[in-house]
Amino acid sequence: MINLIIETSKYLMILLIACYTFFNFRFFSFPDFERKRIMCARQNQAMFLIHLLAYLIIYLKTDEERILLFYGAQVIFFLAYIYLYRLFYRNVSRLLVNNACMLMCVGFIMLTRISFERAVRQFVIVAAAAVVTWVIPLIIARVWQLSRGAWLYAGIGIFLLGLVCVLGNTTFGAQLSLRIAGVSFQPSEFVKITFVFFVASMFYRSTDFAAVTVTTAVAAFHVLILVASKDLGSALLFFITYLFMLFVATSNWLYLGSGLLAGTGAAWLAYFLFPHVQTRVSAWLNPWSDIDIGGYQITQSLFAIGTGGWFGMGLYQGMPYKIPVVEKDFIFAAISEELGGIFAMCVLFICIGCFLQFMMIAGQLQAVFFKLIAFGLGSVYITQVFLTVGGVTKFIPSTGVTLPFVSYGGSSILSTFVLFNIIQGLYILKRNEEDDYEEG
Amino acid sequence: MKKANPNPKANRNIMFLTYVILAVFFGMVLYIGYFLQVTSEEVINNSYNSRLDRFSDRMIRGQILSKDGQVLAYTHVGEMGEEIRVYPFGNLFSHVVGHSTKGKTGLESLGNFYLLSSHVNLFEQIFNELSNKKNPGDNVVTTLDVELQQIAYQALGDRNGAVIAIEPDTGKVLAMVSKPDYDPNPLSLETSWEEMIGAPDNQGQLLNRAVQGLYPPGSIFKIVTMLEAMRENPEHYLEDTFDCSGTFTQNEYSIRCYHGTAHGTQDMSLAFANSCNGAFAQMGLHLDLDRMYQLTEQLLFHSDLPLSMAYSKSSYEMKAGAGDWEILQTAIGQGKTQVTPMHFAMITCAIANGGILMKPYAMDRVVNGAGEEIKKFLPESYKSLMTAEESRGLNELMIRVVAEGTGSALRDAPYQAAGKTGSAEFETGKETHAWFTGYAPADDPKIVVTVVVEEGGSGGTAAAPVARAMFDQYLLK
Repeated sequence: MINLIIETSKYLMILLIACYTFFNFRFFSFPDFERKRIMCARQNQAMFLIHLLAYLIIYLKTDEERILLFYGAQVIFFLAYIYLYRLFYRNVSRLLVNNACMLMCVGFIMLTRISFERAVRQFVIVAAAAVVTWVIPLIIARVWQLSRGAWLYAGIGIFLLGLVCVLGNTTFGAQLSLRIAGVSFQPSEFVKITFVFFVASMFYRSTDFAAVTVTTAVAAFHVLILVASKDLGSALLFFITYLFMLFVATSNWLYLGSGLLAGTGAAWLAYFLFPHVQTRVSAWLNPWSDIDIGGYQITQSLFAIGTGGWFGMGLYQGMPYKIPVVEKDFIFAAISEELGGIFAMCVLFICIGCFLQFMMIAGQLQAVFFKLIAFGLGSVYITQVFLTVGGVTKFIPSTGVTLPFVSYGGSSILSTFVLFNIIQGLYILKRNEEDDYEEG
Repeated sequence: MKKANPNPKANRNIMFLTYVILAVFFGMVLYIGYFLQVTSEEVINNSYNSRLDRFSDRMIRGQILSKDGQVLAYTHVGEMGEEIRVYPFGNLFSHVVGHSTKGKTGLESLGNFYLLSSHVNLFEQIFNELSNKKNPGDNVVTTLDVELQQIAYQALGDRNGAVIAIEPDTGKVLAMVSKPDYDPNPLSLETSWEEMIGAPDNQGQLLNRAVQGLYPPGSIFKIVTMLEAMRENPEHYLEDTFDCSGTFTQNEYSIRCYHGTAHGTQDMSLAFANSCNGAFAQMGLHLDLDRMYQLTEQLLFHSDLPLSMAYSKSSYEMKAGAGDWEILQTAIGQGKTQVTPMHFAMITCAIANGGILMKPYAMDRVVNGAGEEIKKFLPESYKSLMTAEESRGLNELMIRVVAEGTGSALRDAPYQAAGKTGSAEFETGKETHAWFTGYAPADDPKIVVTVVVEEGGSGGTAAAPVARAMFDQYLLK
């Protein structure tokens, strides 16, 4: 009987997230705020239902009361986040808030299923990050000097990355994290934000050849430190973000073309210089010939996604724990395995929805500095989504990047909160201006 | 903050990049969809995928059936719900159907995913769920012919070796026997396991000789030597004559015909029919060894075969610059060349099918518990091993083998068979391995049979009669 409930809930959850995703894109098609608001309200209903069904299954499967408590805490958090944010900032982008909550909700479900302790830890970090980053929109609206700190941003970024490169702990062949007072954190997660600020403030001042040269040199320095730390996923992320921002700021096709060329050349070079790049590429090209060593992770991931199929095995019916670092880089495979390929695709579409919202905000902003910030952070976000989902599904070689808001990890969660709240701040700024204009 | 917009193109650029990114994501979504719908089935059906074993908690493993629906393997569920895999034919299908305890082999491994997926209708699934019963897994219908398998099994008797029968125009595997064999039923497998894998003098019962056994090809390799001669001299390759005294001498080396038989004066066509070693050794000395190597590559030596089961690769090592002795030996199928019976069955299939090799397969379709078809495997052509004209040329020669040469066991059959015999030396002082590879009827081949009998003696007397019995069964009954 329990099996039947679980089986039915599985399909219901797929239906609900499909509706949620539909509302997300329907939202874009309405010009008026009233109907947009209705879409957002329906999204909330769908999300809470998915959340309820998932935790019902988890409770039935584990029969532990702490699950109910944990569920209750999450519901309170989501309600508070959605309503208080709206109360405090009148002109908040509800869609972004909803999507952030939906992605976190999916993350909580999968993490609880994989490891209750980690899920609780993730929840605590999420709650703390939500409170701390609350003030960011206020800062954005009031602190005008943000565009003047180019060298400060570059200094912080290079210092932190350099520190990791020299002192960092090694995980999976790459130096990624620093350990301070027992807490390990990944500076590259935050440097990607200071990096966007650095580039935006440089190009805001000037886009002549000299400025481009200086900015490129500093940006390249960031990337080189990451390469030296063997954090190639982040290196790629920084590179793409810089190239895109450069193109948007200068409209120079030559820069875009030569940048792509240089990037291809650098990737080629990296392939011959670093053995662990060769391992990853050969694991990508033919994981089946080398299942025991290099190809283990990606083949387990493909087994998970493939065995799950379109509709998934159902929560607790799969073996996500077979995939190494499933809760971080490979969370997408776990979602696909147990909640279904359709569900996982919907998660991907929600991420794309966030990105489109970012780009719309970037398009609407008048100030070049803010426009570049919104665009740059949007590029960071979508590149990260692409690298992680592409790596997990063997579309591209795996680079070890997390899925924002879904993957386990304090640094990833906090930096994603910062990123979303900066964009949220820009959106609020824009809407407030429009209100002033209408009232004035 | 400055509001002036020094770069009016910025939004257009953002728009452009957004479209580029969306296009990339569109590609990725298509890729994931294609993976889920098409590629995943092949991917997850892998012995490293421990997830499949999980399926058996909710599914009763499906049956494996012969082409006419006889049960080759099924799961018996006892009163207490205990499950046991049963192989009603015992040893008969031990290698091709395989076993599912102690690891999975044969079709039990290839079809594992289907056997553990259920496609009974939704109501039945819900009903089973409510009554706490397991759903029946799908059944795999094979291309195997029970009667043909039995004939091959009996004809081989207690000698070691392998027999394969394939339908050349589709690639359907009709029979596959390997001896020595074993009983795949779980209980006897359990008791004999240690002996089969542990004992230093074990006979290799678990090895499927049909696809994994490597043997010197002996005279059946003359098909390859002849094909090369045909390519180098398409007009006149049969016109040379050779005077056989029973022993051919080149400098200090000499090659003997089987039992030292003197074949007298003959053209190359007759030399092929008589399997005259001297004639082919001399032919080898005049061949372009580089081209010969390329030919063996085209014929799938030392390369991957289009097979989904575990197999060994055939080897051919002679390159330009080889010494006379190596050339003499290699031209008549001795020397370092090693082949699997399956590989030669595939070459023979290509000859019988106008040069085109069809991918051999043994799973015909997957049906659900009610017998409704879930999935059908269709014949697939793999590639052309030779031109249609070359296959016709070889066909003529292989008919003459039956009509006038060493294939006498098939001479009085009511159909016209074609083939080639071989007697491969592998160790001094031991009887040769007996080979036969051929097909019938020659003008419209319905079945290809390849036989190897270890230490069987001459191919004509030990291996060809096995093929005769199979042709008779398949074409006359």
